[in-house]
Amino acid sequence: MTKTMKITCNGTEKSIEPDITLTNLVNSLQLNPQTLVAEVNGQIIEHTDFNDKKLQDGDGVELIRFVGGG
Amino acid sequence: MLTIADTGFNSRLFVGTGKFASSEVMKRAIEASGSQMVTVALRRIDLNNPDDDIMQALDLEKIHFLPNTSGARNAEEAIRLAKLARAASGTNWLKLEVTPDPRTLLPDPIDTLKATEQLVKDGFIVLPYMNADPILALRLQDAGAAAVMPLGSPIGTNQGIKTAMQVEIIIEQARVPVVVDAGIGAPSHATQAMEMGANAVLVNTAIAVAGDPVRMAGAFKAAVEAGREAYEAGLGLTSKSASASSPEEGILTADLDFIQN
Repeated sequence: MTKTMKITCNGTEKSIEPDITLTNLVNSLQLNPQTLVAEVNGQIIEHTDFNDKKLQDGDGVELIRFVGGG
Repeated sequence: MLTIADTGFNSRLFVGTGKFASSEVMKRAIEASGSQMVTVALRRIDLNNPDDDIMQALDLEKIHFLPNTSGARNAEEAIRLAKLARAASGTNWLKLEVTPDPRTLLPDPIDTLKATEQLVKDGFIVLPYMNADPILALRLQDAGAAAVMPLGSPIGTNQGIKTAMQVEIIIEQARVPVVVDAGIGAPSHATQAMEMGANAVLVNTAIAVAGDPVRMAGAFKAAVEAGREAYEAGLGLTSKSASASSPEEGILTADLDFIQN
């Protein structure tokens, strides 16, 4: 039986499968990885590292992007 | 031409991208403004509305992109946002905003200076939003700010250049470009700032919330160009006493007998 993990993404708790990478998460949310920036536990993850970044149980993920502003 | 950190700009109007009714209106307003520098903010993605992506609406071939740190309440938060902005965009340009009080949105001078010092060391091109304090402007440029952005009046108030006296001193002393930011509510305010010798102005609310934002963007373009042209042409001095515009020599003092018959 596969054990699911819990992460917090943009303030909301989510259950994910083990061995999910940041790329998998971004794709599952139907987001364009090129126009967003990700922080995991307060650390910025570069775009080039999205594929290698495996999420762990309890991780806090922030997905951020540009919006209109002055 | 305006030059900031070795980058040339033909337009002296910077446009903020907040508060537009739609991305399409924003895009057309930016085109009408002729602006080559637009500001954007960083926010958490609304996972329930993932399609709302401003980057798709901006032509980054033509427009220089200036992320801000709006929402930061202290230097630490501003530095965190700056690093996120750089990771998201690849640009090291930054409009630094540190506004601890949500009611006034006035910038914190001490944390703005601290964050400027740190971010310049980290390789950012920093354009700090600041209160119109001439001494602070000098301190910020000494810390390596690429331009200074004194406010005309608080953000979004449309009240114009209430800080004119201080802005004049900032312009007189500046070794870096001065961009008057915040409070510019009408094209005449933009003209006033440019006539005073500001190198550029940043306008957001006044364009975004206008009845017709695209036409208003055009009006601001004309106003900024007129103000700059007037500054370069050299304005006449002001005076308390009258000075006749028509020549005083050859005024007819004799009776006009010749037209009586």
